[in-house]
Amino acid sequence: MAYSEKVIDHYENPRNVGAFDKNDPSIATGMVGAPACGDVMKLQLKISDTGIIEDAKFKTYGCGSAIASSSLVTEWVKGKTVEEASQLKNTQIAEELALPPVKIHCSILAEDAIKAALEDYKTRHAG
Amino acid sequence: MNHFELFDIKPDYALDLADLQQRYRKLQQAMHPDRFANASSRDKLLAVQRTSQLNDAYHTLREPLSRAEYMLTLRGVDMQHEQKTLQDPEFLMAQMEWRERVEELSPGDFAAIDTAFRDLEGETKLLQDKLEQQLAADANEEAADTIRKLKFMHKLGRELEALEDQ
Repeated sequence: MAYSEKVIDHYENPRNVGAFDKNDPSIATGMVGAPACGDVMKLQLKISDTGIIEDAKFKTYGCGSAIASSSLVTEWVKGKTVEEASQLKNTQIAEELALPPVKIHCSILAEDAIKAALEDYKTRHAG
Repeated sequence: MNHFELFDIKPDYALDLADLQQRYRKLQQAMHPDRFANASSRDKLLAVQRTSQLNDAYHTLREPLSRAEYMLTLRGVDMQHEQKTLQDPEFLMAQMEWRERVEELSPGDFAAIDTAFRDLEGETKLLQDKLEQQLAADANEEAADTIRKLKFMHKLGRELEALEDQ
């Protein structure tokens, strides 16, 4: 299976790889995994007091498409509000990276990682 | 006829693999297409179909993970085409740590790879025991969740094998 140029670019030069201190109150963490292929993804967002995503980092163990999907979403969510980021759909990721049908689950994983991180943010700021 | 009925065994997760293999060989002999060399083309075709069904059944039941998944299918829980993501932070954090550990292993360090294999087997065994209890108790949703976790362990095993082959 041939990867698209965008997938290869993100795979070879992944943006925003790394981790933030998960105990920092401005950091929200999302952890997700895809049982079908055993991929694991950790996505962290640094969110300001006004609800703007200032920075994002990820660590993904998986195939090229999974790494590219997470790399792409970290770029996309930067500067967005929490509300805007929650609107992100896996279809946008799949389209941008031209993912073939068998790799759609990688984009679902990235969407779910964002959602899990935003859920973590809401739980932390509920009180 | 489902796979368990084909071998005339109880639909249990814990099964005797030697017994299964014996039953498989017997059926294989009885169904072998060569025995139908002088039969009509319709019977020949049927023999080929039965053999492929038999092989499929044997391979599904032989592996614990596919056996468990098949048992759930019989109970109306289809996991085959699911694209659901797992969101169990504690388990996934442990998976991340596992992946980091595997990443740091050097291909030539057989002692460390061996230790990793044994640790992985230990953790896998715990999940398999849990799965057996869940399946016996008809706790199908919980069993499905354990199967999902076992798939991650399976993947780790393959990563370790790849390291060993390098």
